[in-house]
Amino acid sequence: MSSRDSILSKIKSNQPVSVNELPGLSFLGLDKIDVLETYKTVLKGIGGFCEEVSSLEEVKAYVETKYPEAKRKITTIPELAVIAETNWDAHDPHTLQDVELAIIKAHFGVAENSALWVTDAILGQRVSPFIPQYLAIIVNKKDIVATMQQAYERIGNSDYGFGTFIAGPSKTADIEQSLVLGAHGARGLTVFLME
Amino acid sequence: MKNTIDHSTAAATFNKDVERVNWHDETLWFVRSKRDKSAHAIPEWEALRDTASKIKNNVLSNMHHYLQEFEAKAKENGIIVHWAADGAEHNKIVHSIIAKHGVTQMVKSKSMLTEECHLNEYLADNGVQVIDSDLGEFIVQLRQEPPSHIVLPAIHLKKEDVSDTFNEHLGTEKGNNDPQYLTEAARKELRDTFLTRKVALTGVNFAVAETGEFVVCTNEGNADMGAHLADVHIACMGFEKLVPERKHLGVFLRLLARSATGQPITTFSSHFKKPRKGQEMHIVIVDNGRSTQLGREEFRNSLKCIRCGACMNTCPVYRRSGGHSYHNAVAGPIGSILAPNLDMKKNADLPFASTLCGSCTNVCPVKIDIHDQLYKWRQVLVKEGYTPTSKTIAMKGMSAVLANPTVFKIAGKAGRFVMKNMPFMVNNNLNAWYKQREMPAPPEESFREWYARKAKESKDKK
Ligand code: SF4
Repeated sequence: MSSRDSILSKIKSNQPVSVNELPGLSFLGLDKIDVLETYKTVLKGIGGFCEEVSSLEEVKAYVETKYPEAKRKITTIPELAVIAETNWDAHDPHTLQDVELAIIKAHFGVAENSALWVTDAILGQRVSPFIPQYLAIIVNKKDIVATMQQAYERIGNSDYGFGTFIAGPSKTADIEQSLVLGAHGARGLTVFLME
Repeated sequence: MKNTIDHSTAAATFNKDVERVNWHDETLWFVRSKRDKSAHAIPEWEALRDTASKIKNNVLSNMHHYLQEFEAKAKENGIIVHWAADGAEHNKIVHSIIAKHGVTQMVKSKSMLTEECHLNEYLADNGVQVIDSDLGEFIVQLRQEPPSHIVLPAIHLKKEDVSDTFNEHLGTEKGNNDPQYLTEAARKELRDTFLTRKVALTGVNFAVAETGEFVVCTNEGNADMGAHLADVHIACMGFEKLVPERKHLGVFLRLLARSATGQPITTFSSHFKKPRKGQEMHIVIVDNGRSTQLGREEFRNSLKCIRCGACMNTCPVYRRSGGHSYHNAVAGPIGSILAPNLDMKKNADLPFASTLCGSCTNVCPVKIDIHDQLYKWRQVLVKEGYTPTSKTIAMKGMSAVLANPTVFKIAGKAGRFVMKNMPFMVNNNLNAWYKQREMPAPPEESFREWYARKAKESKDKK
């Protein structure tokens, strides 16, 4: 017998005789919260920055003042092509190693933990939110949901090859529990909350 | 492998440095407090724990079906699925994938399963160099130590230790203990590793039967840096990592990081469903004793564990004995339930490394009856004749005493006499509980004596 078959047959004979019912989830995540305020507070708490903007022009202006012109920037948003490279999605991912800032979009955000959901469809490359020194993500204010409960309702059975929730900059506390931002991923995260 | 030193001996050694033990204790309690704060901020916390527990009960009772569903979906998604009956087979499979690609180096993110299987040693013996990319694991790997905690691998080390280690291996400034500086040094070093490795291995936090995807949670982004830059991604999972449907992830992701470190969620919760274009993706599904544990009715609940580490952070014994004293990949209360399943003889001491205070059970996000299971293991181990010597003598003495009222009376009197006049008699190696503890001052009279006196006094009054 292959390992597969022997493992499965052992599991079959050892698992409980009757199946325990799955609980429903619909009663979860119904607490009333101010979604936008919660989002902003939590994001600050985990080391992210928040900028409220009403147009991509404002994003452009912000990036131009905050990030040095000489350093490499990439984006998936065609309207930002004047300040950042756009056609990098088919390149070898290793070539992104010198990127200072990546500006991408998120499908939606989650208030309770300030996480942003991104997938292959809007990442350009899977490594794009991890490899740059700094990361900026644009999300519509109306696309913030309360909890992970609503988040998965929203994701539903949509198809993706890769998707990730990003909550704040990469961090570690592995040395004596001292929080350090910028472990292996981005050192800083700016979330643009779009009107 | 080195000879195993039993828990109480290792704990005694750990306790020699009083200041350090106090620091270790306080640091973990600090993490536990963060968990409390975070949990209390969610009004429906208990409902979430309850739901998570029920979902996992469903998974355990329907494992045979879910595993096949997961396998079929993963294959459909273009992932290559392997099955390993034990650690040795797991190691062989991983090595064969690496060998097929003709490389001798691999980068790995946190995976307690590969610790359990001793993958690094196996690969080193076969000429493959593995670099652990989680900062805590990277530190302990340089020091040739195992992780001492499943979530905080280097929690037993002080920044001075890390500074010395980095000075030796990475050439950082001697005596520079700044965590920021030290982390930056590791970041530079590991970035180069990520950029040059063709094969990356990650663990798995959750695998979804319905969709064939798996989720990896990190704060550092190291799993993603490895996986998205490598040509080959190998993900290794114990079969109990399954959840039935994608929507169930919501429940577990709300619980995991809050229970672990008090964060509302880990920085990255990455869902891998299909390999990226041109990439090869493998999943190794491992049994290694899990199907046996599934068959142990009293202990099968331990397979619900989502490895948050909360039971360790709260455990008074773990906090004051350190992860290494458990001589098992998973330390602390849950490790002490999982370990005897793998090897009763070697791990017979572990279920005794607990006060049975129940704090672990109270914090467990999936409501495992941890302290009850520890108690049950003690009974099984005694019955099977595997009890550690010091406990056997004490327990035999105890049952003889409890079985005989006269002996109980005399033993109590003698005990109080001994504690008052010859405390050193109690402080011998046969009484592990005395170690590092001030025995309370013995009462002048026992309840029994007090009751007899009161009864006599009231009779005299009449
Ligand atoms: S037993 Fe419970 S508390 Fe302990 S690590 Fe597992 S899930 Fe966390």
